[in-house]
Amino acid sequence: MAGLRQRRARRQRALRWVVVSLFAVLFLLPLVAMFEFTTRGAGGGFSWETWRVFFDWGALREAYPILWTGMKASFWLVLLSAAATLVLLVPTVVWVRLRLPRLRRLVEFVSLLPLTIPAIVLVVGLAPVYAWVVYFVGGSSLTLTFAYVILALPFAYRAIDAGLSAIDVRTLSEAARSLGAGWATVMWKVVLPNIRSAVLSAAFLTVALVLGEFTIASLLNRDNIQVAINQLGKSSATMSVAVSLAALVLAFVLLFLLSFAGRRRHRERKTS
Amino acid sequence: MTAPTTGTLDQVKAPTTPRVRGGRRRADLLGVLPFFVFVAVFLFIPTLVVVIGAFGGDDGRPTFANIQALADGYIVDAFVRSITLSALTAVLGAAVGALVAYAVVTAGPDSVVRRLVTSACGVLAQFGGVTLAFAFIATIGISGFVTVFLRDSLGVDIFSGGVWLFDLPGLVLVYTYFQIPLMVIVFLPALDGVRPQWREATESLGGSTWYYWRHVAGPLLAPAFLGSTLLLFANAFSAYATAAALVSQGSPIVPLQIRSALTSEVLLGRENLGKAMALGMVVVVALVMWLYGLLQRRTSRWLD
Repeated sequence: MAGLRQRRARRQRALRWVVVSLFAVLFLLPLVAMFEFTTRGAGGGFSWETWRVFFDWGALREAYPILWTGMKASFWLVLLSAAATLVLLVPTVVWVRLRLPRLRRLVEFVSLLPLTIPAIVLVVGLAPVYAWVVYFVGGSSLTLTFAYVILALPFAYRAIDAGLSAIDVRTLSEAARSLGAGWATVMWKVVLPNIRSAVLSAAFLTVALVLGEFTIASLLNRDNIQVAINQLGKSSATMSVAVSLAALVLAFVLLFLLSFAGRRRHRERKTS
Repeated sequence: MTAPTTGTLDQVKAPTTPRVRGGRRRADLLGVLPFFVFVAVFLFIPTLVVVIGAFGGDDGRPTFANIQALADGYIVDAFVRSITLSALTAVLGAAVGALVAYAVVTAGPDSVVRRLVTSACGVLAQFGGVTLAFAFIATIGISGFVTVFLRDSLGVDIFSGGVWLFDLPGLVLVYTYFQIPLMVIVFLPALDGVRPQWREATESLGGSTWYYWRHVAGPLLAPAFLGSTLLLFANAFSAYATAAALVSQGSPIVPLQIRSALTSEVLLGRENLGKAMALGMVVVVALVMWLYGLLQRRTSRWLD
């Protein structure tokens, strides 16, 4: 029996190395290719020129105004969308758990609904809604926040719901209330610190989603980094490949950090 | 530790609850108002616009003309191509992705390998879009890294039969590239649910590895595998950005047809055709997601 298990462990290790290595090679190949593509010099040699411009923001702004606008818009969109998603969703989900348990299924259903509505479909219906948005708050690219909150709902909901399931919200809030805390205090000082990693993961997922969003921004004629990359691709492929690579790496780092945030919660729970 | 606390608090509160109930209920509902108002404006209204628009003529009167127009040759072709593309990449992605997921699972839940692979998969599966299109242009575009290497070093011209990257075959390749990581992400939890005891039980009863996969793990994982494949299908079917950035000519698939219906000067009497196509997409995705839900319920019976 022990021999069998050992043999199996060895076989699994071999399989793991083969499959994971193949996967790594196949999936790193485009990244390597992107890097090589961006470091081609004028004469066919190696050159850091593209990256030098990329990191010299003054020059970048001069040479590629579209890109600069897109990056700026995406930066604010990321912050606004993550904040708006959390402000809208966290109090609602906590409140429903505490006071309106019957609405829980409904809120879950509604939050997961955007998964069944493709962005390209949503944008068709959003066009008239955005006519009103422009009328009330103007046509800035930052108004995309509204649509992005909807796109982020399913992912943020799942993260927050999982976080809340891991703690006993009701007991915590009743204990705080019985000691004289108001709802704001319960929310801010009791519930929120307990679901910190869930909130963090909801925020990270929203950030990744907003950084990668193209469909809605492009079809509503707004600017963001993906729209800029696409436009730039027609005139300066090298720079748009460089920005693509930087965006992919940034998103990877975000999600890799996120995997640690998630783990820490497990360990805390195990020791307590 | 926690259970008794809940009990006492409930008892303390019980007498006060009935008296103030009606007014408090209403006040409680106010707490979820912002959420529902927001969702109504930015999710329900757009959906209604699509549904109602699909059945409305240019003059606003109800009509079936848009729905009937879905039977036009070029739209049917677009749907067939979309469905074929999605099905093909879903099956390819599911098969390869499941293998990768299994390899990752054997590494243990806290390993660096798993963390690296899942983060990379998260990026490629959900971040994708335009950036992936450019990744492939840099890799196997006309002057891409691999294209140039194959041509100059091995004398192989991958585009000898024409440049296929910017057409359907290119879409199959790039879509598969983001479907595999998505499969890894959605299939991992199911594999995590498989308990080592089941394998030990099979072995102690004399079952071989083949027997274990054929009669124990296979049937247990089958609903999860099928469900994940459906999710991949819906994912590919809804995808727009990659195709928009990659396809250079025409609108071979439905999302691109919707784009041209939205952006080009519309033909007279066809103002709402885009909405009808959008409705068609929703119907397909909703159907697939409904099946997915059914399979999910079956999966969770054993693998939670």
